[in-house]
Order: sequence, then structure tokens, then C-alpha cells
Amino acid sequence: MTRPADWIICEHCDSVYLRTLLAKGESAHCIRCSALLERGRRFNIEQLLALTVAAAILFVFANVFPVIHISLQGLSNEATLWQSVEALAQGRITMIALVAGIAIILAPLLQILLLGWVLGHAYAGQIAPGFKLCMRSLEHLRPWSMLEVCLLGILVSIVKLAGMLHVSPGMGLWAMAMLTVLILLIAGKDIRRLWDDLEVTSR
Amino acid sequence: MNTPPYARELGLCLCHTCGYACSLDAHKCPRCESVVHARKTNSLARTWALLLAGLIFYIPANLLPVMFTNMLGSGSENTIMSGVIEFWKGGSWDIALLIFIASIAVPCVKFAVLGTLLITCQRRSRWAMRERAKLYRFVELIGYWSMLDVLVVALVAALVQFRTLSSIEPRIGILFFGLVVVLTMLAAMSFDPRLIWDAEVNDVR
Ligand SMILES: [Zn+2]
Ligand SMILES: [Zn+2]
Repeated sequence: MTRPADWIICEHCDSVYLRTLLAKGESAHCIRCSALLERGRRFNIEQLLALTVAAAILFVFANVFPVIHISLQGLSNEATLWQSVEALAQGRITMIALVAGIAIILAPLLQILLLGWVLGHAYAGQIAPGFKLCMRSLEHLRPWSMLEVCLLGILVSIVKLAGMLHVSPGMGLWAMAMLTVLILLIAGKDIRRLWDDLEVTSR
Repeated sequence: MNTPPYARELGLCLCHTCGYACSLDAHKCPRCESVVHARKTNSLARTWALLLAGLIFYIPANLLPVMFTNMLGSGSENTIMSGVIEFWKGGSWDIALLIFIASIAVPCVKFAVLGTLLITCQRRSRWAMRERAKLYRFVELIGYWSMLDVLVVALVAALVQFRTLSSIEPRIGILFFGLVVVLTMLAAMSFDPRLIWDAEVNDVR
């Protein structure tokens, strides 16, 4: 008999397939609409946890250190991510600061914390308390985490200001660049495998 | 090549949050406890509403200044398009192109593609279903890159703060522009790409 976990349904066209085990680097695509169905696992839980810890450290660096330095006629200035968000929080446009704050600080932070929580327990073979809530939150956070856009934004800002004053990248930028890669690796849809790995039972 | 069955024909329904195959009459996913629907609720109406709201905000986003620059005493206000033109004239055509794509081309492509998808789905058209499905995934993929301009304004405004000497401040246009990005992202999320394929099955609505 096939269990529900053996079915795989294409989220783009509703086609049903029987799940096959994929090796690392392999991927399954839908015959009908050619969307990606599933990818072979790139990392085991231990590796994912290690990458999450690394991401947490990089997140601190990216936020504590300024991302860009500038100087003009002997005066100099620098900006961190938080200061950039704050710069938008002026009078009538404060709401956009909220959006930017979620996109580049809050969403990535929550992703790292939640991943650390569920993966830390999964590493010990346990289902984390609040596992279902954490996994649902990770799904809802994903589209709003925009570190890669922020990274490009920093590069564009550097070029934009380079014409007017002296600009140099800060420590935070390098941390940010590495963090972006890590988040892409750990926070994707692949994390859904934990449902199967931990055999979270239905009621 | 055999086409696979539809979930609905097997009495199944996908949980969008965890990927579990729920039974069609379930209201909550038995595994992750999120609400499940065979199709996203009121998908077409919601997508239309969000898309039109985004389109309306897109007008002030382009007409109003997004940034005020005061460089050594001479002040000027920039709209998104004038920012692009400035880069172009300044010789950095690559950055001009990048901002043009992120701020102008991407939102316009989103409006056009989502509009086309909505109209064809309402007509239950069977035209180019595979291509339309790909188009939807493309829009989902590129959507959030429009946030680029908002973040650039934020960074630049945080950096250039030398009192009377030089300063850069954000202006109201950037709020509208940010709202356009959020609204079009929400519109793309509320559209259900499975509606494209429902045209193949006759008895569903
Ligand atoms: Zn499909
Ligand atoms: Zn579920």
C-alpha cells in the first residue's frame, strides 16, 4: 500500500507522481509543466547544522560592521545595515523602512534562528518543541528574505557614490556576501525533508 | 509519453506548506496543521485586486521623486527614471541597465505576465499551457529583485550625511515604489498556477 508520504504532487500543475529516491546532484522535474519536483540531498543534517552556525556568526558580523565607508573632504562616514533601514524611517515613508528591515535583517535572522532550533534537535534525533510552527514559519519567511538583492544594492551604491566621493567596502560587506551564499544553501525548500527524516506523524 | 494523473482525480490535495499529499476533503494538513485548499481561495479575484492596486501605485512611484541629493550646496531631486538617465550619461551604462531592469522592466513584465495569465485562465484557454506555466515561475523568480532601488536609496541616504555640506534623503516616491514591489509579490503569490491546467479538465470550477 502506498502511504501519503510516497506521493509527490507538483505544486504548479497538480500532477501526482510516486516518489523515487534521488542521488546527490540529481533532480526530478514534472512531465506536464516541467517544474522542479524534488532535488537530491546535498547535505546531511550535521552539515546543515554546521552551515547554520556559520550563518549565525556571519549574520552578527554583517550587522555589527559597516558595509560601506565613504569620505569627503576629510570627513568620513560609514553605514551598517541597521542604519540604512533607519535612514528610510523618516516621517511619511516610515512604512518602507519596515519592509526593508524585514527583507534584509528580520527575515534572515528568523530563518537562521528557526533553522538552528529545528536542526539542532534533529541532529540529536529529536523533534524540536514547536517543530510544526517553526517549519511553517520558515515556509512563509522564504519569499521575504532578500539578502541577495541587498548585496547587489550595496554594490550599486558603491558605484553610484564612487563618482562623487571616495568609497570603500566595509567588513560587513564580505560577511554579507558569504551569508547570502549560506542562506541560499540552507534555507531553500530542501528543508522540507525534515518532515520525512524525523517521521513526523500525522494525528 | 503518459501524462500523470491529477491530484484531484485521485482524491488528493497538496499541502503548500510541507508538500504532504492530503486527502481532498481535509481542511487542515494532518502533518503540519496548516489550512489546505484544493486551489488557493479566490485566486483570480485576489490576484486582480492586488495587481491593479500595484498598477495604480506604480504611477506615483514613477512620477514622484525617490531621492533628494544635496551635493556641496546644489540640491536636486531624482525620480527612478532620471536616476537611470544620470548613470547612463555618466558613462556607467552597465549600472544604468541594471537599475533599469530591476526598477522598470521587472515590474512592467510582472504586470503584463500576470495580466495575461489572469485573462487566459478566466477564459479557460488551452493555449500554450506549458509556456504559461514557465512564465509564471519566471515572474515568481524575478519579482523581488525590484526591491533593489529601495535598498540603494536606503544605503546611500544612510551614508551621505555631512550636514550642510552634502546629504541625501529619501523621498515619498520610494514608499510607493516599495509598495508596488510588495503588492506585485503578493499578487504573484495569490495566483494559483494550477488554474492554467484546470482548463484541461472539464467538470471543475
Ligand atoms: Zn507540474
Ligand atoms: Zn502540510
